[in-house]
Amino acid sequence: MRTVYILWLRQIKRYFRSKSRIIGSLGQPLLFLVALGFGFGPIYAKAGGGDYIQFLTPGIIAMSTLFTSTFMGIELIWDKEFGFLKETLVAPVSRLKIMMGRTLGGATVAVLQGLIVLLISLPIGFSPNWVALPLAILFLIMIAVIFTAFGTAIATKMEDMHGFQLIVNFLLMPLFFLSGAIFPINGAPAAIKAIVLINPLTYGVRGLRAALTGTVDISSLGNLGIMVGIALLFVAIGSYLFSKVEI
Amino acid sequence: MNNEKIIQVKSLTKKYRDFKAVDDISFEVRKGQIFGFLGPNGAGKSTTIKMLTTLLHPNGGEIMIDGKNPVSQPDAVRKAFGIVFQDPSLDDELTAWENMEFHGVLYSIPKPLRRQRIEHMLKIVELWERKDELVKRFSGGMKRRLEIARGLLHHPKVLFLDEPTLGLDPQTRNNIWNHIIDLNKEEDITVFFTTHYMEEAEKVADYICIIDLGKIIAKGSPGELKSKAKARSLEDAFIKLTGKNIREEEAKPIDKLRMRRRVFGGRR
Ligand SMILES: Nc1ncnc2c1ncn2[C@@H]1O[C@H](COP(=O)(O)OP(=O)(O)OP(=O)(O)O)[C@@H](O)[C@H]1O
Ligand SMILES: [Mg+2]
Repeated sequence: MRTVYILWLRQIKRYFRSKSRIIGSLGQPLLFLVALGFGFGPIYAKAGGGDYIQFLTPGIIAMSTLFTSTFMGIELIWDKEFGFLKETLVAPVSRLKIMMGRTLGGATVAVLQGLIVLLISLPIGFSPNWVALPLAILFLIMIAVIFTAFGTAIATKMEDMHGFQLIVNFLLMPLFFLSGAIFPINGAPAAIKAIVLINPLTYGVRGLRAALTGTVDISSLGNLGIMVGIALLFVAIGSYLFSKVEI
Repeated sequence: MNNEKIIQVKSLTKKYRDFKAVDDISFEVRKGQIFGFLGPNGAGKSTTIKMLTTLLHPNGGEIMIDGKNPVSQPDAVRKAFGIVFQDPSLDDELTAWENMEFHGVLYSIPKPLRRQRIEHMLKIVELWERKDELVKRFSGGMKRRLEIARGLLHHPKVLFLDEPTLGLDPQTRNNIWNHIIDLNKEEDITVFFTTHYMEEAEKVADYICIIDLGKIIAKGSPGELKSKAKARSLEDAFIKLTGKNIREEEAKPIDKLRMRRRVFGGRR
């Protein structure tokens, strides 16, 4: 347990020490909130959707957590490149614990990033249902764990950062756009709907949106269950790939 | 010095695709020995060390470290050794003290003992005053000293040093070797090292193995090697045994990456 904790702590310290990273990664969500929120807001309202900021913000919070957590994989590539990974790999600690520490550390950072976006959205006009905030955080944690494991799994197979960035951007954009984060998917064609339904992020966005702005009911629990299942699967796959890393 | 064998290697082989980086080598290291593992660039030294330290799986042969097999009992072996890698392996974004603390926790050293040893080791390598500085502000020599202190924190039985003095000034090199020799004497730590500085090897090693192109081509004490090669110094002996050609190597992807980092400056 203490080893998982020290690995987690290292990740947190690295995050708080690079202020530029924290601030830099807030740019994109902020842009999306302002540009999409104010740009499409009137159209959305005219189409009878209601307040677009209320709809959009949970999606943007999910996006911020999605990108931060997947890009945590880059930490593994840094550690390969700067050699620190060897230090952890020669230690008498199971690979599973190393992977757990890294994943939890990365996920914590990604959840914090999502919460910062929530704070920023308040002056823009977002008014969440504070009562269900703990449930919302639970969904954020699941998104963060799934995609930290996902990013780390990809990173185990990559040797350089540019390749990682290319692949991850290539995968993340469709995941994000086809998750219901920025537009409702009810009216979408069947093929698109199918993709949306196999996208893990969809369930995270749904759960998050229900907790922050909608009504929490039995389907929230269903979504949470799906997220927990996917998280376990991804952490298992990530741990397996991580245990095969040779340097 | 006793006769117990702390490292035993039999017919060890490692292939990278079709290329045999380590080709059927065998040797033994006695407990308490200072063992020099020498060879030209690309001879297979680091590859051998990576197999001994559980980082790479051999393609053939057998290894025993302190009676345990790195392939089947990796964690038992990992507890028994400390290592200073050829390339840097510190976390630059952490302080010296945090790097030590991280190591101590991974090796489950109980807290009071951990604190005490970290202080002791940092004082030995003269970094105690700067323990709260981020490692990225350290010079190359300070980083190397910190890595050595870290490698010794859990009191390993065997210390692997892969070119520990690479790029250090003579003062620091001397200083580091003096610490290592003291530890070897006082705590009976076995030292397995590589270096390209032959005077250094000649001075400190009890026993030397020379590896070239993945094969061991000579073994013996520095004196024996010199008389075998009819050479005046170990450096002469080394050149006579391994030839005058410069080794060509293809850069591995990770090396290219590191090279790029060096070219564009190491700081983030
Ligand atoms: N990951 C790898 N993939 C392919 N080839 C490799 C890999 N690692 C090492 N090699 C090759 O194996 C050979 C032995 O490399 P190794 O790093 O063990 O040499 P070394 O004796 O430590 O050399 P040096 O003194 O330059 O550090 C070299 O030809 C090297 O190019
Ligand atoms: Mg080497």
